[in-house]
Amino acid sequence: MKFIYQTWWKVLAVAVIFYTLVAGFLLGVPKLPILHETIRNTYFHVPMWIAMFTVFTISVIYSIRYLSTGKEEYDLAAVECVNTGTFFYVLGLVTGMIWAKYTWGEFWSNDPKQNSAAIAFLLYCAYAVLRNSIDEEQKRAKISAIYNIFAFPIMVVLIMVLPRMTDSLHPGNGGNPAFGKLDMDNRMRIVLYPAFIAWSFIAIWIASLRYRIRLIEYKRNEIN
Amino acid sequence: MRKLAFFVFLLLGYTAAFAQAQSVEMADTMRSSGKIYVVIVTIIIIFAGLAIYLFAIDRRLKKIEKNK
Repeated sequence: MKFIYQTWWKVLAVAVIFYTLVAGFLLGVPKLPILHETIRNTYFHVPMWIAMFTVFTISVIYSIRYLSTGKEEYDLAAVECVNTGTFFYVLGLVTGMIWAKYTWGEFWSNDPKQNSAAIAFLLYCAYAVLRNSIDEEQKRAKISAIYNIFAFPIMVVLIMVLPRMTDSLHPGNGGNPAFGKLDMDNRMRIVLYPAFIAWSFIAIWIASLRYRIRLIEYKRNEIN
Repeated sequence: MRKLAFFVFLLLGYTAAFAQAQSVEMADTMRSSGKIYVVIVTIIIIFAGLAIYLFAIDRRLKKIEKNK
């Protein structure tokens, strides 16, 4: 836990994102039909989802650790990771919708990718509702930890697996251009992969700030 | 040695010509090639602001944590 109080990785993440902001617009990209210049959205839209996956994964780890140790701090960390992940979820959905308007013609065209992303979003909204509906602290922590552990694999299947098995319009699904060998060259990889890592750390940073605030609140309530 | 001097002379001549071309164009970098640089500057300012904001929150939290 000492890691979240250090500064070096925050500076590094910010610096790398600055690099992706500049390189993402200036470096060359493959010329592909349908996508055109919106291929640059990959540098900004996809890292939102990767950041979300990172904090949700950390959240599951802390849920498991809470269940095995019963330490209240782990529960707080898990919740704040989910909250931050939901925020990045919304950013991913909204940026995806704007992109869809200009490539598919509609903000929401009931594409399998969009629909299953919406269902998975409701899954995490239900987590917040479930958590806030239980007053007793330990019960709340336990039930929400178990829910979180089950919600995560369902979310992964909904977003990553199911749209790939049907005819989704989304790049990378149903034979549409995306991360394949022919579609993405190394010019894109040198921007995209740093962006994945840097945005993940930004998400971890925000989650850690929220966790620290919640920890202070929790300790204050404990004394009174 | 003379070859090298000549080379340096050429190089200086080249940079001088380059600088002249720049001064005639009148600080056009922000407006050239479809104005994409303007977008980049905008995005960088926004993200710099957000990053500074996050660092400020971090610092304030550190202070509060120390007082405990």
